[in-house]
Amino acid sequence: MTGSLLKIEGLTKAYPGVVANDGVGFEVAPGEVHALLGENGAGKSTLVKMIYGLVKPDAGRMTFQGRPYTPAEPRAARAAGVAMVFQHFSLFEALNVAENVALGMENPPPMGDLAERIRAISTAYGLPLDPARTVGDLSAGERQRVEIIRCLLQDPKLLIMDEPTSVLTPQEVEILFHTLRKLAAEGTAILYISHKLEEIRSLCDGATILRGGKVVASCIPREKSARELAELMVGGEFAATDRAGRVSGATILEVDHLNLPPMTQFGPALKNVSFSLAAGEVLGIGGVAGNGQEELLATLSGERPSGAGTVSLHGQDISDLGPNDRRRLGLLAAPEERLGHAAVPNLSLTENAILTGTVRRPLTRNGFLNMGAARRFAEEIIKGFDVRTPGPHVAARALSGGNLQKFVIGREVLQSPEVLVVNQPTWGVDAAAAAAIRQSLLDLAAKGAAVIVISQDLDELMEIADRFCALNEGRLSEPRPTEGLTMEEIGLMLGGAHGMQEAAL
Amino acid sequence: MITLIKRPTPSRFWSFTTPVLAVIATMIAGGVLFSILGKDPVQAIKVIFWDPLLGPNAAYFRGQLLVKAGPLILIAAGLAVGFRAGIWNIGAEGQYIMGALAGASVALAAYPAESHWLFPAMVVAGALGGWIWGMIPAVLKVLFGTSEILVSLMLVYVAQNFLAWAAFGPLKNPEGYGFPGSRNLQQYPSAHNPELFAGTGMHWGVVAALIAVIATYVLMQRHIAGFRIRVAGEAPRAARFAGVLPANLVMFCLGLSGALAGLAGMFEVSGPSGQITDSFNAGYGFTAIIVAFLGRLNAIGILLAGLLMALTYIGGDMAQLMLGLPTAAIQVFQGMLLFFLLGFDLLTHYRLRLGKGSK
Repeated sequence: MTGSLLKIEGLTKAYPGVVANDGVGFEVAPGEVHALLGENGAGKSTLVKMIYGLVKPDAGRMTFQGRPYTPAEPRAARAAGVAMVFQHFSLFEALNVAENVALGMENPPPMGDLAERIRAISTAYGLPLDPARTVGDLSAGERQRVEIIRCLLQDPKLLIMDEPTSVLTPQEVEILFHTLRKLAAEGTAILYISHKLEEIRSLCDGATILRGGKVVASCIPREKSARELAELMVGGEFAATDRAGRVSGATILEVDHLNLPPMTQFGPALKNVSFSLAAGEVLGIGGVAGNGQEELLATLSGERPSGAGTVSLHGQDISDLGPNDRRRLGLLAAPEERLGHAAVPNLSLTENAILTGTVRRPLTRNGFLNMGAARRFAEEIIKGFDVRTPGPHVAARALSGGNLQKFVIGREVLQSPEVLVVNQPTWGVDAAAAAAIRQSLLDLAAKGAAVIVISQDLDELMEIADRFCALNEGRLSEPRPTEGLTMEEIGLMLGGAHGMQEAAL
Repeated sequence: MITLIKRPTPSRFWSFTTPVLAVIATMIAGGVLFSILGKDPVQAIKVIFWDPLLGPNAAYFRGQLLVKAGPLILIAAGLAVGFRAGIWNIGAEGQYIMGALAGASVALAAYPAESHWLFPAMVVAGALGGWIWGMIPAVLKVLFGTSEILVSLMLVYVAQNFLAWAAFGPLKNPEGYGFPGSRNLQQYPSAHNPELFAGTGMHWGVVAALIAVIATYVLMQRHIAGFRIRVAGEAPRAARFAGVLPANLVMFCLGLSGALAGLAGMFEVSGPSGQITDSFNAGYGFTAIIVAFLGRLNAIGILLAGLLMALTYIGGDMAQLMLGLPTAAIQVFQGMLLFFLLGFDLLTHYRLRLGKGSK
């Protein structure tokens, strides 16, 4: 590797109240896979947005291929040879692959030529993709391929990837890495953003670690252990979760041949989902979001009633009970979407405590709100779960994602549920808060409650779940004990790599 | 350049200040409008805002204030509950007509019998008439997913035709020398909704409006049902998660606002108006929508907004009479009030920053 492709010096960007990037500098060489590592809020996103021309830096200098580089907008960045694959896809579900790719191009060639090029590039890089398929029918991994191929058609010198593996099965991750290594070997530099340490150790040649908007270290990831990297990221040691002291008791919750039609046009249906859950047990449900996770939570929380006899608690059929009746019986839930589902953005934390708390806590008297009791409940949550906020009068939307998540989980845990169902409990939450949330779920199980954790984060599930099963296209696999389960087996449970059957690897 | 920055929590200060600012801005813009029309703007504003309260003939107008404000407040209090939940009843005018028709029908059916029970029966009938008219869009929405905005609005025109039919047909005064319109209930003691204190304009409808303000305030601020209504308007998914059934919510909100609008119509026909005519409705049902928003969908705010709106009505009439301002100019003036209010509302949720904006 000779010279640098991208050189960044003293890049600074401040938002009201927070300095997102403070004098950041690093270099990427041609053909290098360079990791940007850091917790949520460390400034990774702001940094790549500046490189991609979405945000203008306040100060600092960027040099690309030896020339000063100041992209005014993404179009300029693309023209210079910088491409980016975002974490959230921008695809139209009702259009097909080729049409979606054409929409992202400045001068799209005729459809026939484009389809031919998509087919050629996708096979060349081991990412098979049929240009004529409707995007709404594709899996998350296949949708990501559309985004990657859209970038590769521009023949980029630098490819930025923002948390690309969060939606992929282990097999799909392998395919992606294969592609990225091939690209790097051809001289394309890759800027890889992630907080998954093992991935970075296996893929990246160099790493820049950000904390609080500053570069705190740079290293060669292969030479460090995952734990060392994590400590660099967090800036201190952190406690390992303690899963001791749990005994499995009698069966509490039983789900039997649950079927549910899709809630939205391209949403999945639940097909024949069956499992049972014992007291003191943590059941981990893995799988890429959008495969029925939201639907499963809604049928368990009572938001969507299901057919008679499909959900029973303590042997009692609760399939047609609404959320509050289920709360009364001890079945509580925390949905994935914090703002607008688990909490109301414009209401205060006190009012958000009322949202689900009135059934099991004495927050009302004859239907009238007892605001004093509600405030004390909110304060109890804030204190018990280390929610960083000026007080319970603050609107939910003013809290950071991690803090609001702690509040939501705390609100349910403190109501001493018998069964708690959580969906993506640590999504977008920093490492320390995530560890605290996981520990609180384990503590709850240790007290005899049954916990269902629906998560995309396989490491998280392996860490806290007793049994693991996967939700894929609305079907739930047979739960298996997590002990001794290999990543290979988990990948197969998750449905392997979508659409890869015909591709020889 | 001006940049808007979203406030972490809505500003309390501005939520109280913006209505005042809106009124001031309306006065200024209205003054410009009036001066373009060749009138003295200061004089016009004085006639509209000052004379009805403290001018030479104020004693008469002060009574009119409650007469006009009563139905506005009563209707708006009900509408605001639904608006908070994101349920848009635009057809209060129709529910107002049907309440008046139902109340008057009970009275005219009993005529000329005198009984203490007649007026309470009319109250019930009036509420029921409005409730039924409000439940039509509610049931259609729940069963077929129709838009309550369109259905409730279109039912206003149906109600207007009902009104004309009743005034020319079954409710027509048999001793009315062939003129369209019912008997005058002011001359039927058991059915009359009289002025309770001479010269104040206070009648049972005003009392009902005050009760509605207090009741909806308690409901929305202190009761779990009101809390759920607010949640439903802010975040429908969170409301379902909290156990709110959307169908019940739709029926409750449209039923309540319909019943209160019906009551307003009944109190009007048995009191200030006195009789059913084909032009009985005066647009209270539509103006109440403005009152509800002017009052920030808050019961106390609606009380003040209703009084302010009544003032611009009376003052507007005076300005027409004394200065020869066209009706359209007065309506534009009232429209400005809502326009400025919604415009200034931005300050409650956003901070303005002057100077070079950054992304």
